[in-house]
Formats: sequence, C-alpha cells, structure tokens
Amino acid sequence: MAQAIQTSTGQPLPLPQGIQGIVADWSSDQRAFKNVPWGKAMMWIFLLSDTFIFSCFLISYMTVRISTTDPWPNPSEVFGLTLFGKSIPLLLIAIMTFVLISSSGTMAMAVKFGYEKNRKMTFILLLCTAALGATFVGMQAFEWTKLILHEGIRPWGNPLGAAQFGAAFFMITGFHGTHVSIGVIFLLITATKVIRGDLDHERPGFMTGRKGKYEIVEIMGLYWHFVDLVWVFIFAVFYLW
Amino acid sequence: MAAHVEGQQHPIGIYLKIWGLLFVLSTASYLVDYFHFQGYLRWFLIILFMLLKAGLIVAVFMHMLWERLAMVYAILVPTVLLMVLLGIGALEADYTFFTRGVFFLKGLF
Repeated sequence: MAQAIQTSTGQPLPLPQGIQGIVADWSSDQRAFKNVPWGKAMMWIFLLSDTFIFSCFLISYMTVRISTTDPWPNPSEVFGLTLFGKSIPLLLIAIMTFVLISSSGTMAMAVKFGYEKNRKMTFILLLCTAALGATFVGMQAFEWTKLILHEGIRPWGNPLGAAQFGAAFFMITGFHGTHVSIGVIFLLITATKVIRGDLDHERPGFMTGRKGKYEIVEIMGLYWHFVDLVWVFIFAVFYLW
Repeated sequence: MAAHVEGQQHPIGIYLKIWGLLFVLSTASYLVDYFHFQGYLRWFLIILFMLLKAGLIVAVFMHMLWERLAMVYAILVPTVLLMVLLGIGALEADYTFFTRGVFFLKGLF
C-alpha cells in the first residue's frame, strides 16, 4: 500500500521533547542546538570551559587548605570592617555580594527589554550593570590594598598563619576580578551598540561581518551571570569556610 | 516549555522575584557567619544556600529552565565530572595532612 510522505509542510515540524528530544537533536543534521543562535551556544561552551578553570582553582585551594598544618587565617576577621568603632565580620564581602547580585538583576532585565527592542531601557540597564560591576572591582581594589599594605599578606606568606592563604586568595579573587573587569568593558561596548541603534538596523560589528541582533545582549548577559555565579561559589567556600 | 525562536521573553516579575530571593539567600548565608554557627550545621547551611543561589541564577537568569534538554544536558552533565576531581582532591589532601602530621610533629615517633 502506498503511503504518502509529506515532504513540504509549509512550516517547521514540531521538535520532540524530553529524552527523545535529546536523541533527536543530537542525531539530527546540521546542528544539535535547536532554537539557539550559535553565538549563544558558543558562549555556553566557553562558560563550561571557564567553569573547569575556576573549579581547578577552588579544588586546589581546598587541597592546600585541608593539607596545611599551620592554622588558616580566619576570613571572618581578615575581611571585617570597623564601622563606628565596632568591628563587623565580613562586612565588605557582604556588600560586594549584594552589589554583584544587583548587577545580575539589572542585566537580566536588560536582556528582557532588549528582546522587546526597547532601546532606551536596555541602554540604561546595561549602564547600571556596568556601574555596579565597576563598583565591585573598586571595592576589590580597596580590599587588596588593605590586605597588602595593612595586613602584610603576600602570595608566599603572611603574618597570620598558613602561607598558602595569600597564594589562594590573590589567584582566585584576582582571576574573578579580571573576569568582572573584562565584563564591564564588554558591557560598555554592548551598551554603545544598543544606544547607537546598531542592533535595530542590523549593522555589522567592528570585527565581524555578522549583523547586529539583540541576541548579543543575551549572550553578554550569560557571561555576566556566570561571573556572578562564580562569586557565589567563592563567597561560600573561601570567605565562609 | 520550548524556547521561542526570537529569543527568551518572560515577564519582568520573575526576574524581580528571583532578585529578591537571591538577596534573602545571601543575607541568610552572611548570617551563618555573623552568628558563628560551627561544625556540620555551618557546612550544611553554607552549601545549601550556595547551591540554591547557583541554581536560581542558572535556571532563571541564564534561562536554562526554558532551553531544550539537548542544550541543558550538554552544559550541566560535564560539570558533574568535577565531583570526581573534588573527591580525589579531598582524599589526597587528607593523606598529605596525615603524612605531614607524622613527619613534622617532633617527638611523635
């Protein structure tokens, strides 16, 4: 019996869901990540590799901290601030955490307004995110200055206890701070593109022939949320341990 | 729910709610230190708040909740491998600590 196979459906066939969807997507022609612009898929893969880098740092820190026989400096006191003659533990770090979380919130909303093609709101929210990010880096610079000049902490040793404290601290927070700084620069670039209307008029970028689209705001957002995500882990295992 | 072709579009309320929740969780983990909780209770609370915050950021802010499973698994499954590295690191560190105890502490043997 002849069975008619529909070859022209007029519109894309619905994609299968669940485990079947995984098998269908991965075994399909052309591309595995359906519904996702390739720039976004690439950003996710970059973030996965960055996850492994930060994990190497954090797990190395864990091994040196467990294996040292000298007492580990108490982060609660080292990172405390004295306000109105009263010392409050970890205050600076808590403020930095709230600043970074707030920047993540404004970033998420920038992505939303971007897809609504609301140029002005996207621009304002991107600038807020960049400003909060710069504030974070500034507070980190303050923290480093305090530790280096007043507490005498060096990567090879410190007067408070285990020598590995400085090495782990400067490596981990330095790498994270670099990520934040690069993020601020790219946020400013993205904000400029948004307010100039590059994305509305699909103008190609400076170093690419690709058309400008609002998906770059979401890709920027993925990077920024990742920076916040890493801070969640650093805050928990470095400062609260 | 499948992602839209044009990109992720969700009501603004969900972002504000998650933002508020992240603030509450951060305050909670700060209070763990402020009230000097110690031992297993401290560890349990710190790890719990850490994972909840990470989960909220990835699921909602990074839109993982609305992506297709092929993408979600490609990103999240490899990170599980890190648990192996974590386990190896912990075992090795315990052993190093033990041998340092044996050789550095004079008069023990």
